[in-house]
Formats: sequence, C-alpha cells, structure tokens
Amino acid sequence: MSLSETTIAELHELAARYPQKRSALLPMLHLVQSAEGSVTTEGIERCAEILDLSTAQVSGVATFYTMYKRRTMGEHHVGVCTNTLCAVMGGDEIFSCLKDHLGVGNDETTEDGKITLEHIECNAACDYAPVMTVNWEFFDNQTPQSAVELVDKLRAGETVQSTRGATITSWREAERVIAGFEDGLVDEGPTAGPASLAGLEIANANGWTAAAPSAKGAAGVADTKIEAVEQADTRRAESETIDEEKPDD
Amino acid sequence: MTDTLTPVLTDDWADDRAWTLENYRRRGGYSVLETALRSKPADLIEQVKDSGLRGRGGAGFPTGMKWSFIPQDNPKPKYLVVNADESEPGTCKDIPLMMASPHKLIEGVIISSYAIGAKQAFIYVRGEVLHVIRRLRAACREAYEAGLLGQDILGTGVDVDLVIHAGAGAYICGEETALLDSLEGLRGQPRLRPPFPAVEGLYACPTVINNVESIASVPSIIREGKDWFASLGTEKSKGYVIYSLSGHVAKPGQYEAPLGITLRELIDLGGGMREGSELKFWTPGGSSTPLLTAEHLDVPLDYEAVGEAGSMLGTRALQIFDQTTSVVRCVLRWTEFYKHESCGKCTPCREGTFWLAQILTRLNDGEGQEGDIELLLDLCDNILGRAFCALGDGATSPITSAIEYFRDEFEAGMHTPSAELFPPAASTLFAKEAAV
Repeated sequence: MSLSETTIAELHELAARYPQKRSALLPMLHLVQSAEGSVTTEGIERCAEILDLSTAQVSGVATFYTMYKRRTMGEHHVGVCTNTLCAVMGGDEIFSCLKDHLGVGNDETTEDGKITLEHIECNAACDYAPVMTVNWEFFDNQTPQSAVELVDKLRAGETVQSTRGATITSWREAERVIAGFEDGLVDEGPTAGPASLAGLEIANANGWTAAAPSAKGAAGVADTKIEAVEQADTRRAESETIDEEKPDD
Repeated sequence: MTDTLTPVLTDDWADDRAWTLENYRRRGGYSVLETALRSKPADLIEQVKDSGLRGRGGAGFPTGMKWSFIPQDNPKPKYLVVNADESEPGTCKDIPLMMASPHKLIEGVIISSYAIGAKQAFIYVRGEVLHVIRRLRAACREAYEAGLLGQDILGTGVDVDLVIHAGAGAYICGEETALLDSLEGLRGQPRLRPPFPAVEGLYACPTVINNVESIASVPSIIREGKDWFASLGTEKSKGYVIYSLSGHVAKPGQYEAPLGITLRELIDLGGGMREGSELKFWTPGGSSTPLLTAEHLDVPLDYEAVGEAGSMLGTRALQIFDQTTSVVRCVLRWTEFYKHESCGKCTPCREGTFWLAQILTRLNDGEGQEGDIELLLDLCDNILGRAFCALGDGATSPITSAIEYFRDEFEAGMHTPSAELFPPAASTLFAKEAAV
C-alpha cells in the first residue's frame, strides 16, 4: 500500500496548523495509521520528509507512544481496562474471558482480522468500572458476558453503539478523528452517562445550588509566592520554587 | 450556609445536547466574554488570584499566581496549554466535563489566554477518548464560526487561536514539561526545571499550563465574582471542585461540592457502600497519593487536611476498595502501571519501578522472601525525591502507605497468594450476579 495524494496533502495540512510544524508529528502519525492500518515505514519516511526530520527521529516518537501500532491492526481495537480499580471490579476476569473466547493474547489480532485485543491503562472512566473501549469509544459497566456479546457483534459486522458515544465505525476511521478531522458523529450519544450525573441529580432533588453568595471574603488566599508554595501540596513544587528564587551561584 | 453539593461545572450535564454552542449560550455561556476581553488583563489575573482558585490538576498551586509569573516584557509569543491528558488512575472528571460541556472549557481558554497575553492556545487531550475529541473539535469549530475564536473576537481586537491536539497514549504526558515536549512532537519526557514553563515553556516561550477543571472554572469566577467563589470551600482551599467516586460504593460518579466535604458525606449522599461492603482503603487523589483508610472518613477533603492526614488531595479521585480486596494485588497492579509508564529518562524511576514490580509479584504469589518488605521500603526511599519528575515519587506512594496500614498482608505474601486470602471474584461488580 502506498499513501495517496489526498493523505499526503492532509499531512501537510496538519503540519500547517502549528506555529512550528514538528508539533504536528503526533497527529500525523495518527493519520498515517488511519490510512495504512499501522505506522508503516513509508509513513515514517513521509512524516520525516514533511517535517525535515530524520526517519530515526520519527521512529523514536512512533515507538514511544502506545497508541501507535507497528503491526497491521484488526478492523476494531478492543481495549479492556486492567488498571487497578477496573481490574478489581472485574476487568481481569473480562480480559481473561475475551482472550479465551477470541483465542488471542494481549496485543494480538483474531484470525479473521476483525479484532485486536489489548489490555489498556486507566481510561478516565473509573465511575463506570469495569470499562472497555472499542476504537477508543467507551463501553461502561461491562461483564464477561456483555464483553463476549460485544465482540461477537463486532465480528458479525452488526451495528454497535458506544454506551456514552457514537456508533462504532472502525479503528482506522477513529484514528482519523484523533488525527484532526471531524467525522460528523459528534451529535450521537448522550450529554453524559448516568454515573456522571450522580451528584447533579442529588443536588437537583434537594434544590442545592452553588448560587449562595456570602460575605466570607478571600481571607487565606496566598498573596506571595512563598505563601502559595506553602499552600501547594507537593514537596517537589516547593523545592523547585525555592531553587528558582535563589540567586544564581 | 453553603449547600452540600454545588453544581457549576456539572450544572448542564443533564441537559439535552449541552455540548452545542446554542445550548451553552442558553445557560448564560459566553455572556461575560466580551466584558472580560474589554477589561485589563492584569485585572483578570487579580480576580483569579483573589478568588483563591488553585490548580485542579493535583498540586494545588494558585492559578492566578501562575499566570502572574508570565514575563509580560518578554517579546516572545506567550502560550496557554490546557492539560487534558487525564490519566491518573482513578481520575475521571475532565473527560465527562469535556464530553458534556466543551464550551465551558473553551470560554475559559479564551479568557485565560487574553489574561496572560497569549494569542495561541492548545488543548492537549489524551488520544484514547474518541467521543471527547469529537465534541472538542466540534465546539472549537463552532466557536470559530461564531467569532468567539480567531481574529478580533467580538470586535474587541483580541485574537486567540485554539488547536485541539490529541496525544497518543502516554501517562507521563500529564506531567507538564513532558506534555510540552510531546506537544513539540518529541517523545514525552520531562524537562529539568528551572527554567520553568512560565519563562521557557512551549518553543522556549513563556507558557502557562493549566488543568481542564482550573480553566473551566474561570468563566464562573468572572461571571459570579471572586467573592462568590472564595465564599465556597475552606480557609485556604477555595471554591468548588468535582469529586470522583469509584469502586465499591452504591453510587459511583461525579459529585461537585465545595472543597472540604468529607468522604463519609460523599459516600452517604450516594446511599453508602455497596451492599455488604465495609471500607478498607481508598485513594484521595489517584494512585499517586498515599492510601488512606476508614479512620480517615471524616478528614475534610481539602488541600490542607488531606496533607495533614499524610496524603495529598491530588485530583480528588476517590477510589474506594472494600474488605474483599487484597491491598497487595492492588499495589502490584499500580506498580506495574508505573513501570509501564515510566518514560525511561531517569534511572531511579526506570530501574526502581522494574524491581518494585518483581518483588511485589512474588509477594502477590505468596512467594515472598525474607526481607522483601524492607527491600520495598528501601527501594522506595531511593526513588522518592530522587526521580526526575513526580511519576517516580507517585510510584512509591501506594507501596509505602499500604505497608504502613496493612503490613500483615505483605507478611502473608511470604507464604500465601493474595488470591487465596482475597478471592478476586468477590470484589467484582458482577459478584452478586454470579452468586445468584
């Protein structure tokens, strides 16, 4: 496969969005794998050429980030969060169940080329644990059974909708949005899922609001950098700020 | 008397299509933008300073003060970078905020950029959240179309451009200087400080990096006033924040409250722990903040009180674990995470997390060796404060705190696997269904 002229024009377009074009490298690599199914040697060469970098510099970046894939991906990327909270809430069981069901290990693709399975790190949806993703769309509150049903549907080509997002397209189409191009699906899905609304619903039921101005004033607000550092709760910030305030030796 | 919960950032999350410009405006969104852009930047900085807003990304540094560090006599361009790389285990507030109400963040970006003299802003959002990226891109486009971004915003002569930039999967990019390297198209590795980003940040130009929640709070301060904001919260921890409750509670989710609410109050609001559960341990602000236990249920969740309790408020990522959970298993998993996410730049973190994971693996398997606990503590002692950035420090937090509170479980790891002491099936969401 070779990159189309359209894709190359889009790579240039991404580079032009930034004050310094090298900033576009991450989006450009997303676009490369959207077009090619993985970060290919040709894609790396093209990015290097457009950004005036060596291929080694581009490869160094491409191999650092976990979302970039050097092997051809399945049609769908299925992620199972196995970071601690999701793991405890059932993510470990879901992941092991999917490995058995699909007959693949971590970061492997099913024989029919439909699914690449990967255990992922915390995806910022802990209130919906255990969480899965398909092409980086959320599937909340999963069970081993729902996970198996989900992958079966994906393999059968049935339409699947994220619990808090849009209709599932494909990993490559998702990568194009991540790279920087809209796909028209923004208006699908709810404003928020049920867990996101937990506090708001309780507040509404009790008539609680933030609109209660009082005259307590701003006593206790730090006025100086030293006071601010004393208030900030990282020792690191403190020592560094103190270093900064010291005159040069 | 302030109400128990105070929805501001979350107030429109139940609205239909809250992510559109039209619906954000219906709620009063962008109503003070023009006034803000016609006031003096220094006045805006003063307002944010006086409000007492402190960084919501973990460290709690005063936001207005961070802005005031930007040297305005420096002829180089200034930049605002929003840290939307929400990846700290347990943290799940910015993602729903940007999905539901992206214009709140964008309005904050416009005001904040103007305040610090930046004509170019970036939202660095983690790559693994497709629908959030869609909503951000659409909101950014809508804002341009309505003349809220770009040249001469609302005829005020103010220019602000915004790029929505998606990352590519690296926890370390939440560290602000690693984020800058990543945004420059490099591997995400932290930079030596000083120079601080305020002086030499993106492209070696003065740069402010703020968390999503911090920037999204700015419009409310401008609209409702600094005194209103400062009237919420505790003496040194002002305002409202989003608390994220997850794990073995009856009602996990997002709870927006003034700083200083306690975990007991939050859990009670949602109907307590899940059925049959007793609180065993919890993180106040993600896995990088030392664990706390049931004895800390009444600690006010503000920067000071959590610090006094021996931990850190962090991102208010309250991960709740009950009596069915093995602390050794949890600590091992977090350690594997830090090992995986260590960027490799400095030796204490790169090598230390590697060895920590090996020792914890054998303890988790019931094959611990004599002296392993002391070895863990010694390793942690050699990482904490000696790593290049806070990732290494954070990696030691769960380990040292877990040993402090649950040393007997680590001792049991000398002979009994954690899965035998705490069968994992009992901890799952579907444990009840399986038992039926």
